[in-house]
Amino acid sequence: MYIQNKGSDTMVNLALAWAERYQAEHPEVSLSVTGGGSGTGIAALINGTVDIANASRAMKSEETQQAIANGITPVEFTVARDAIAVVVNSENPVHELTLQQISDIYSGKINNWLQVGGDDRPIVRLSRETNSGTHVYFLETVLRLGDKTNPTLFSTDTLLLPSSEVIINEVRQNPNAIGYDGLGYIPPDLIDSVIAIARDASGPFVTPSIASVNDGSYPVARDLYMYTAGEPTGAIKDYINWILSAEAQAIVADLGFVPIK
Amino acid sequence: MGKSKNWRETIITAVVRTCGYSAVVFVLLIFFFLLREGLPALAEVKLGELLSARWYPIENHFGILPLLTGSLIVTVGAMLIAIPFGIGTAVFLSEIAPRWMREILKPLVELLGGLPSVVLGFLGILVLSPYLRVFLNLPTGMTALAGALLLGGIAVPTTVSIAEDALDAVPQSYREGALALGATKWQTIWRVTLPAARSGVLTALMLGIGRTIGETMAVMMVTGNAPVLAIKLTSIFSPVRTMTATIAAEMGEVANGSTHYHVLFMIGLVLFLISLAVNIAASSVVFKSRKRAERVLS
Repeated sequence: MYIQNKGSDTMVNLALAWAERYQAEHPEVSLSVTGGGSGTGIAALINGTVDIANASRAMKSEETQQAIANGITPVEFTVARDAIAVVVNSENPVHELTLQQISDIYSGKINNWLQVGGDDRPIVRLSRETNSGTHVYFLETVLRLGDKTNPTLFSTDTLLLPSSEVIINEVRQNPNAIGYDGLGYIPPDLIDSVIAIARDASGPFVTPSIASVNDGSYPVARDLYMYTAGEPTGAIKDYINWILSAEAQAIVADLGFVPIK
Repeated sequence: MGKSKNWRETIITAVVRTCGYSAVVFVLLIFFFLLREGLPALAEVKLGELLSARWYPIENHFGILPLLTGSLIVTVGAMLIAIPFGIGTAVFLSEIAPRWMREILKPLVELLGGLPSVVLGFLGILVLSPYLRVFLNLPTGMTALAGALLLGGIAVPTTVSIAEDALDAVPQSYREGALALGATKWQTIWRVTLPAARSGVLTALMLGIGRTIGETMAVMMVTGNAPVLAIKLTSIFSPVRTMTATIAAEMGEVANGSTHYHVLFMIGLVLFLISLAVNIAASSVVFKSRKRAERVLS
């Protein structure tokens, strides 16, 4: 039995770890896992070329309609939770920002670290590409502050980098840089320069962690999804049920994500 | 005896002719495929929108101008590096270096051309970009300049290889004649040998430009992929987004037949037409110089 699993780069390591453990326990099932971004996985689901699509953002209504027009009804499963960490260079004295400040930084309204209490340096904004669910989630939750009618966009000089590793590498060696990524992707040497975020200027500044995601105090947390074409049956159904079980959720915590409970 | 020879001749002529025509046919087929998938973009997106300065396809902003200027600035920058270094190296190898040095250097240059562009891109992120940021005091080293430097480096081996062969093919009598008339070595090279090898050198440059404009992986890794409108001179120091990197990064996520899909194919069509224009321009110069040479000789 061959199951194809494709999509989010945020989830690809997690999906691989799950696939390896599941295949060890069920050798009759063959799982193939690929990345490419949430957009790629969802497009593949719409085109009917994949069994399970991984997505770090929810499917948009246009995408759902396109799928239904193709005869595919997507079914959504929340398989884990994730915190988006905003990280700066280790030399940067800024450690706290409000959501509004981060939104203004990324939309181009704030251009110098002086304006948010740092040194006199230009701000270099790093982002994932547009096919990334992380990018879309960041646009909706941080730039637009959760308001669907807000038309704010990333500033045109935001660097759209092809992977988390490139973002982390640039943040590590460029003192002007600010970047965002899933908490599981922040390496140990940058974990102390993760920004504590507050919903507004009065609120508490919270650093991302399993605890602050589960109690809702960290404002930039999201669900990670898997979509199937229609209600899953047979081997696919068994696999999804296993993912929602305690054994698979332990793997979630090991990789730096937040188990669903 | 005569009949079997004719048989063989006919078959070989037919095979060679088919191969020749098939090259044209394949190019035409690619062109028509690009047209079929790309032209609907013109119907689905207003021309004003397509020529606007904002590229953000997931929210239906399809302005391709930043991508065009991005590709152009990186290509022009790369050629500014590749032309002097490429032709200079070719002239050195062919006219100035002693035989033994040439036997060592030429394979080394061709080895450089065999490096995968991904490896160069990787070196670009890890070594070139940080160096540029510190050395030129830029906000970030991921700029059009980094892309141009890498692409110049990638285009040089192709240019050197073909230009050097072209210079080599110039008959020794040309050089001897010039020297006999009292010209210095440099005057011979600059006024006699290079012009005589003009068609080969132009072909070398044309291939270099073609390689540069179509390069994807290296630019995707070092230019930052920011859709900035690169029209000022200082834009060489800012991040840019090329057409090739856009297609590579976004083609995976488009649903077949969507507007985004058609616009990406239209960008491919634009790339195709630019390459075609460069080729036609270079061919016409080569053709004109050949006609002039024929007139002089007759």
